[in-house]
Amino acid sequence: MNEEIPTGSPAKVAVEDVSKTFRARHDLVQALDHVSLQVREGEFVCLVGPSGCGKTTLLNIIAGLDTPDSGRVLADGKPVTGAGSDRLVMFQEPALFPWLDVRSNVLFGLNLKPNLGKAERLEVAQYYLQLVGLEKFLHANVHELSGGMKQRLALARALAPNPRVLLMDEPFGSLDALTRDQLYGDLQSIWAQRRRTVVFVTHNAREAACLGDRVVLFSPRPGRIQEQFEIRLARPRDINSVELASHATEITRALKRHLKPELREVAE
Amino acid sequence: MKRATAAFLFFALLAVLWEVLVRTGVWPHMLVPAPSEVLRYLVDAVADGTLPGAMAVTLKRLVLGYVAGFALGLPLGLLIARFKFFADTLGLMALGLQALPSICWAPLALLWFGQTEAAMFFIVIMGSVWSITLATDAGVRHVPPIYVRAAQTMGSRGLHTWSHVILPAALPFIVSGMKQGWAFAWRSLMAAEIYITILTGFGLGHLLHYGRELHAMDAVLGIILVIIGIGLLTDKLLFSPVERFIHRRWGTAR
Ligand SMILES: Nc1ncnc2c1ncn2[C@@H]1O[C@H](COP(=O)(O)OP(=O)(O)OP(=O)(O)O)[C@@H](O)[C@H]1O
Ligand SMILES: [Mg+2]
Repeated sequence: MNEEIPTGSPAKVAVEDVSKTFRARHDLVQALDHVSLQVREGEFVCLVGPSGCGKTTLLNIIAGLDTPDSGRVLADGKPVTGAGSDRLVMFQEPALFPWLDVRSNVLFGLNLKPNLGKAERLEVAQYYLQLVGLEKFLHANVHELSGGMKQRLALARALAPNPRVLLMDEPFGSLDALTRDQLYGDLQSIWAQRRRTVVFVTHNAREAACLGDRVVLFSPRPGRIQEQFEIRLARPRDINSVELASHATEITRALKRHLKPELREVAE
Repeated sequence: MKRATAAFLFFALLAVLWEVLVRTGVWPHMLVPAPSEVLRYLVDAVADGTLPGAMAVTLKRLVLGYVAGFALGLPLGLLIARFKFFADTLGLMALGLQALPSICWAPLALLWFGQTEAAMFFIVIMGSVWSITLATDAGVRHVPPIYVRAAQTMGSRGLHTWSHVILPAALPFIVSGMKQGWAFAWRSLMAAEIYITILTGFGLGHLLHYGRELHAMDAVLGIILVIIGIGLLTDKLLFSPVERFIHRRWGTAR
């Protein structure tokens, strides 16, 4: 088994030749088609691709919430057989627990870490709630939050347990530009301190160029890895900088290029 | 406060109207006692201890049977929700038995347990357990899978997922099942006490029954009022606060 693990820097997460097909009502939908991806320890990888190309599916498979039809996923060189708190998912929809108040939602993951004391947990929760600007809503109910606030709470809940691998599915989708810009900065600084491994799904080329060490481009269904971009800009990066914009343009152009054959196919 | 005043005025007016109708002879006194007579009966029955005694006997039966019904119904519901085999077997049985008014068990209960507390206990359990079982099952099956997935990626497993995610997520269903179970238990206990003589204790239903035998309609009405009062009180003290909490947390209040 050992010879299958790539030598050199060991991959934190290795996706090996993963395919996945869903059975829809009448036909089969191939979501992933022989996808292979290596993510190094401490790397920030952004997955970019058109809607429905299988990004969420891949994240679920890495998380162990879904199983591939063929291929496999290794985390720290060991095959993934199920969900584990070392690979925490922040879902596309906030998935907050309505029976808990705001702070208890953040405490949920922290309470599952046995080596933290009660005071420590509260402190960590407080820190992340402050980071996302919800410190005034500690005891609010989830349904009382706005869509953007829910997403910020989900972000705090995902960051607080400090997982080794963080799988984020369009976490900033429904945030206003101002909050988003602030969170880009916060996420980068947290990541710089902690050096956790992040797989980050987004539609937004600029967001990908701002956050990623590497941007992985997916083709439309069936999802395949089409192209990869190394982003070698210094950190922290400013989302509005000119160099970043040129990287983003390059990614957007590539996206359009790969989208076109599909469009032609549809027209025929 | 305003609502309490309105309620008080409403019932006071009702009582006055009733008293007047009886006193003026519009309603024949033979058939309908006046509120003042009902009140006098209640005061006397409390003073000589019959009413508090009967209430204690009845409430003890109700609470014991209901607690047992809950203790059985919740795990049964969880089993049915979790295992297909139990859904196909116990689930079907629960559905059938819930449709049966549990007073129908009275003949068998008497045969099995005699005129004892055990017969009452059995009838109250049969009244409450199936509602709670079915509500728990429905509640668990309505839990959005994303909650369980979210919990799992945070490291929750097995028993922790059940106790910290599935049960709380199913709480609104479970509470409404508990409320229904309580109502069914209360009705069947009253029916049982009215129709069956139990040698081990004299409950509200028996008091009502003897009121009828002696044609003491003031007693019958007085006990009816007590039964209504107990029903209202448990609703307001036991279930309303929980329901309010759920509405507030889930944001389901109107
Ligand atoms: N449980 C499922 N059952 C059937 N089909 C599914 C299921 N999950 C995903 N699919 C299909 O697989 C394809 C990929 O879905 P996926 O959610 O991974 O896309 P995505 O890249 O995350 O899209 P988006 O950017 O819109 O979130 C879609 O065509 C979707 O319809
Ligand atoms: Mg998606």
